[in-house]
Amino acid sequence: MNDPVSQQSGIMPEHHERLRQLSTELRCLVCQNQSIAESNAGLAVDLRQQALEQIQAGKSDADIRSYMVERYGEFILYKPAYSASNAVLWGGPFLLLALVLVLLVRGLRRRNRAVATEALTADAGDVLRRAKLEERYRRESHD
Amino acid sequence: MKRKFLIVLPILFLVALAALLARGLQSDPRHLESTRIGRPAPVIVLTTLDGQSFDSRTLTGQVWLLNVFASWCSACVIEHPALLQLASQQRMPLVGLAYKDKIDDTRGWLFERGNPYSSVPVDLDGRIGIEYGVYGVPETFVIDAAGIVRLRHAGPIDNKFLAQLEAILAEQGEKK
Repeated sequence: MNDPVSQQSGIMPEHHERLRQLSTELRCLVCQNQSIAESNAGLAVDLRQQALEQIQAGKSDADIRSYMVERYGEFILYKPAYSASNAVLWGGPFLLLALVLVLLVRGLRRRNRAVATEALTADAGDVLRRAKLEERYRRESHD
Repeated sequence: MKRKFLIVLPILFLVALAALLARGLQSDPRHLESTRIGRPAPVIVLTTLDGQSFDSRTLTGQVWLLNVFASWCSACVIEHPALLQLASQQRMPLVGLAYKDKIDDTRGWLFERGNPYSSVPVDLDGRIGIEYGVYGVPETFVIDAAGIVRLRHAGPIDNKFLAQLEAILAEQGEKK
């Protein structure tokens, strides 16, 4: 894999590891399907440099992420943040699943009930037929 | 009635989803909303092309334009005539941020094509660019009298941008 991060020298190993991790999470805005870890585009290089300087200044990963988001918008994050405006994004699939399950259960129940009623109507028919037979029998025996 | 509604519901859902996706197809993935709009413009303190010091805070109280450009940027050539024309009207300061460019190249480029800018702060390492969320040149920002970023345009300025700029100028003029 193309790995421009490792080409930067003179960095403490743990800083290097954090930079590598962090830059895979940040989208390169010029080359949108690459992270800034993979890209050699000017902006990606600059943003990596920014991230590195902030790591070296003792900033946390969350600090650096919000620094980037403040400037470039949430689009820079490959993994969207858990925020209210993203609730549909994260919760939507589960909500849809729940909805489908509810509809499925209701549909199955209704079908069960329908089968049960059908059985009942069959019984009623039997009774009716029997009553008719009895009636006919009575009439015939009268004659 | 209820049953009918239940059959129509998934169809409606599908149509809505298709419409949403169709809209997504039409939107340009390269168009990114600026997070800076409606917020104070980051302060620019830099040296200009002619060695003077530039501080964007001195521009507070008037509408001004920040145009991010570079001599290596081919799209900048396209918008250059429009900038020159805007400059000739002398209605607002036109600040040209020389973005990640060699100083001599910027000088030569402006000499050759004409200089529309009232000042040209030099952003050698692109740090101010990052502050403004610039991801490509040219980009143009409109900053109002209160120092708030009102408009951001990525790519060469066009008639739509100029119309929006007029609207902001008119609104700001009324305030005074």
